[in-house]
Amino acid sequence: MNSATVDKQSTMSDDERLQAAMKSFVSEFGVTAALHLESCVHCGLCASACHFHVTTGDPKYTPIHKLEPFRRAYWREASPLAPLVRKFGLVKGPEIADLEQWQELIYDACTMCGRCTIACPMGIDIAELIKEARHGMFKAGLVPDRLALMDRTARQWGSTATPGEDLPDILADAAREHGVAIPCDLAQADILVTAAPAELGEHTKALADAAKILNRIGARWTMHHDGFDASNIGYNNGDLELQEKLTRALVDTAVKIGAKTVLLPECGHAYGAARWEAAKWYGKALPVRIIHMTEFLDELITSGQIRVKKIGATATFHDPCQIVRRGGLEAAARRVLAALGFELIELQDHGVAGYCCGGGGGVVSNPRAAPLRQKVFELKQQQIDATGAKHFVTSCGQCRITFEQGANKAHWAKPTESLLELVADNLAA
Amino acid sequence: MDLLDVARGPVLLLAVTVFVLGVGWRLAGILRRPRMPDLSPAREGAPPPWQGALRSILCGLWPRRTFGSNSFISSLNGYVFHIGLALVFFGYAPHIAFVQRHTGLRWPALPDAVMYLAAGVTILCMLMALVMRLTNPVLKLISSADDWVSWALTFLPVITGMAVITESSAITLARNHAIFRDPLALHLLAFELLLIWFPFGKLMHAILFPFSRGATGVRFSHRGVQQ
Repeated sequence: MNSATVDKQSTMSDDERLQAAMKSFVSEFGVTAALHLESCVHCGLCASACHFHVTTGDPKYTPIHKLEPFRRAYWREASPLAPLVRKFGLVKGPEIADLEQWQELIYDACTMCGRCTIACPMGIDIAELIKEARHGMFKAGLVPDRLALMDRTARQWGSTATPGEDLPDILADAAREHGVAIPCDLAQADILVTAAPAELGEHTKALADAAKILNRIGARWTMHHDGFDASNIGYNNGDLELQEKLTRALVDTAVKIGAKTVLLPECGHAYGAARWEAAKWYGKALPVRIIHMTEFLDELITSGQIRVKKIGATATFHDPCQIVRRGGLEAAARRVLAALGFELIELQDHGVAGYCCGGGGGVVSNPRAAPLRQKVFELKQQQIDATGAKHFVTSCGQCRITFEQGANKAHWAKPTESLLELVADNLAA
Repeated sequence: MDLLDVARGPVLLLAVTVFVLGVGWRLAGILRRPRMPDLSPAREGAPPPWQGALRSILCGLWPRRTFGSNSFISSLNGYVFHIGLALVFFGYAPHIAFVQRHTGLRWPALPDAVMYLAAGVTILCMLMALVMRLTNPVLKLISSADDWVSWALTFLPVITGMAVITESSAITLARNHAIFRDPLALHLLAFELLLIWFPFGKLMHAILFPFSRGATGVRFSHRGVQQ
């Protein structure tokens, strides 16, 4: 990659960028990161798990290689052998040119899906390390421009989709369009419902579907302009300050209105950011339960609070990485599919071994990565077609958008259906 | 004092000292890094962290899911190599006698024929690993000096060990003194070189693997992920 394709933010000098990245990298080297960076035996097995390597054959997409500047920073600055490494020059320190060159590998060519993690014989959680490396890249102002733009928007609005003050109008429009009540800004509620950005624009049906189900069970719920966008762009970009701000907006709003539950939309990275990382900003267990839409649906169906009509057709399911491989909801999604009466025909690679959609980790929002995404789409399309299933279902809005973009380009007619929408459309009396 | 005496005396002491202190230094240095506790509530029904770690460590020992034919061959080669090397190192009667002489520990040896087969297979696996590292584009890209040094220093004791075998281990042990002292000295020195290199390169994975797998096992079991 030549330097012309490198995006840069801020007016920092190259040296300042490098220092900012290195300072951040070093702050990430806790015991788990250290264990994982020390344990690699360079076996290359992670390559055959990565959708970007599999679909291009390019060795530069080997997951552990994507961490090279981060790895070098570790060996020079934090490893127990660092004094020897520096004295004898055993590992070259990262330079600004390295960081610029690796921008593509860290942002365009990694969805942080973690398939490489399960392929690694040493159990190295490469996806987590990539996320930590992104923190340094953000500090250095070396983020793809589109993601940086979204970051600035979210810092100002609290959402990449809309300012909070516009939320009541958006919800009112959606309520009118879909004929369902969507409460907003209630002073007291039991459940704070959140959204993904697309649901506030072209996919408002998802909001209406959630409302339909929540109203059916008689829940005291609301959306709230102080905290409504759960898809944490700070988490994807490596902007820790923004990640904290967006996380706190959700949790603090829930606490303010007395909600005991924050319901996350069908969004994978929202789950990663809120369910597993929110507590770290508070330094203690959260006073609210954070739950993904998939497990919410599963609980409602399992407990008998809602019943659904049997669709009675074949279906295949795309496992969103952050919800299944890194979120543990593999069985929950399948129980909902079973309740809908689907005969599930699994993809060749499914469950924790399923291939990513190719758009996670912000890749779907990064136009520079479109050709790579499309190659992954072709792989997924082939696996989906091979099942011969009538329905293609997933439970992540970002995956769905990625599939829809790929399908448009490939003129593939199969719609990507949402688990939430299927449940809402088939509620039994 | 000939070369074998040197290898059995001061060099052995030096090698074991470097090995023990080096491994201790590296392990302690890693484990003393800051801990970042996971404060999120565990998935309902998640096992305690130690169980998640143990499960991940043990499952990692079992032939695991591989992706693609290249990774299957590479994994298979790795398994056979590690088993072969372990058999040779721990199962060959003269090796056990060596350990017993220095520590008092002993255990039953495996038949010589099994050892010769294991050593042969180990050498073949190592050669195959070398060919793959030299020819596979992924391995070529991610290989470092550590890979070549570690390969060479693992290969040397195996190949020099094969070179000193001229009779059955029972006869060797019954004689209780070495006839071909210099070749045996070279074998021992090769092993000592391996011990000295061990804490500084990727051979350390033999110590680190339970920690590394365990950390991911804790993370995944906390989330209810079925690995």
